Amino acid sequence: MTNTDWPLWEVFVRSRRGLSHTHAGSLHAPDAEFALRNARDLYTRRGEGVSIWVVPAAAITASSPDEKDPFFEPAADKPYRHPTFYEIPEGVKHL
Amino acid sequence: MTTAAAHRTDPAGAYGEDTAGTAEFERAFDAAVAADERIEPRDWMPDAYRATLVRQIAQHAHSEIIGMQPEANWITRAPSLRRKAILMAKVQDEAGHGLYLYSAAETLGTGRDELLDKLHSGRQKYSSIFNYPTLTWADVGAIGWLVDGAAITNQVPLCRCSYGPYARAMVRICKEESFHQRQGYELLLALSNGTPEQHAMAQDAVDRWWWPSLMMFGPPDDESQHSAQSMAWKIKRRSNDELRQRFVDICVPQAESLGLTLPDPDLRWDEERGHYEFGAIDWTEFWEVLKGNGPCNEERITQRRRAHDEGAWVREAGAAYAVKHTGGTGGARA
Repeated sequence: MTNTDWPLWEVFVRSRRGLSHTHAGSLHAPDAEFALRNARDLYTRRGEGVSIWVVPAAAITASSPDEKDPFFEPAADKPYRHPTFYEIPEGVKHL
Repeated sequence: MTTAAAHRTDPAGAYGEDTAGTAEFERAFDAAVAADERIEPRDWMPDAYRATLVRQIAQHAHSEIIGMQPEANWITRAPSLRRKAILMAKVQDEAGHGLYLYSAAETLGTGRDELLDKLHSGRQKYSSIFNYPTLTWADVGAIGWLVDGAAITNQVPLCRCSYGPYARAMVRICKEESFHQRQGYELLLALSNGTPEQHAMAQDAVDRWWWPSLMMFGPPDDESQHSAQSMAWKIKRRSNDELRQRFVDICVPQAESLGLTLPDPDLRWDEERGHYEFGAIDWTEFWEVLKGNGPCNEERITQRRRAHDEGAWVREAGAAYAVKHTGGTGGARA
């Protein structure tokens, strides 16, 4: 077995309490424990994180390759979902 | 956010041979580049764009890990614990930068093992600067100040490169390079202000590293074979000569503050252009080193191969441990 067989992991780092984990990058590691240690050494050498998730890249399901595809279209024609869609008389407060 | 996983499987395959479809994809690609949007791994991209990126990112990644060698050469002989800790952190950063870049290349469908193979067999290159030897402790300072300084000048525009994963890796790298450059400058300053022997050592290092650092920006614009297309694709944002000039302009006052001189009798301020004029670069030397005839080409690649071979048992043990403890199901290769 060579390093090519070490699976790929995606690394998510919470930079500080109160924020969500954000994708930082990826790395190869033989198992989850090593993936965590490698992620610590690779992505938090300067205190960039207080918590790390590692996820096998193969376990991620992604939407279609084309990020502009019809998958996201249902949202495009519904401007009424945004507060700015509505006209409110001048001077009305707390709305 | 785009998830990363599925990017890595056969990025080109999904689109097949459909020519009509390809023309449409090409228009979308051109429009995205023109609009300064980023291209992401699973977007359609021209084969030549992909190949150019793989070549450039691989060369960049190889340079990071080969670049560990000339500096690691001095870790055991650092003059104080403080300097030693700093140098270890810096060399570790270079390894990290290599990994960020190999990951970025991997999003284009080219595995790290394949890239390492090509490095080890000489089919892919690394920056020629690392084929020069580190003869004295002052070289560690000159590398930080000049070599990392030139790298930063090159890399800052790459943070806006049209390929998303490469640009993101560069943002991270540039933040960390700043420490590299400053530690080198501080080291040289200490030597320059030290004994006459220390001052001379610092000057000698600058004398040897100055010209090779200017060569790091690559051949002049009119001789650079990939430049025009890379600029059109917004992989490259500034030309070799433009970046080189910027670097010279930055370095001259910094050298003055160090109390050191730059080894160029033709160096002078050009009031009209608002830039420093500098002397002719010896491109014969550049091409010779590139061809493999530099002082350390053989040593660097031999050492790299040895490190890889000697690390084989670690890779095997890690894999065996994973199989034993989890059945190896941690993450099948994407």
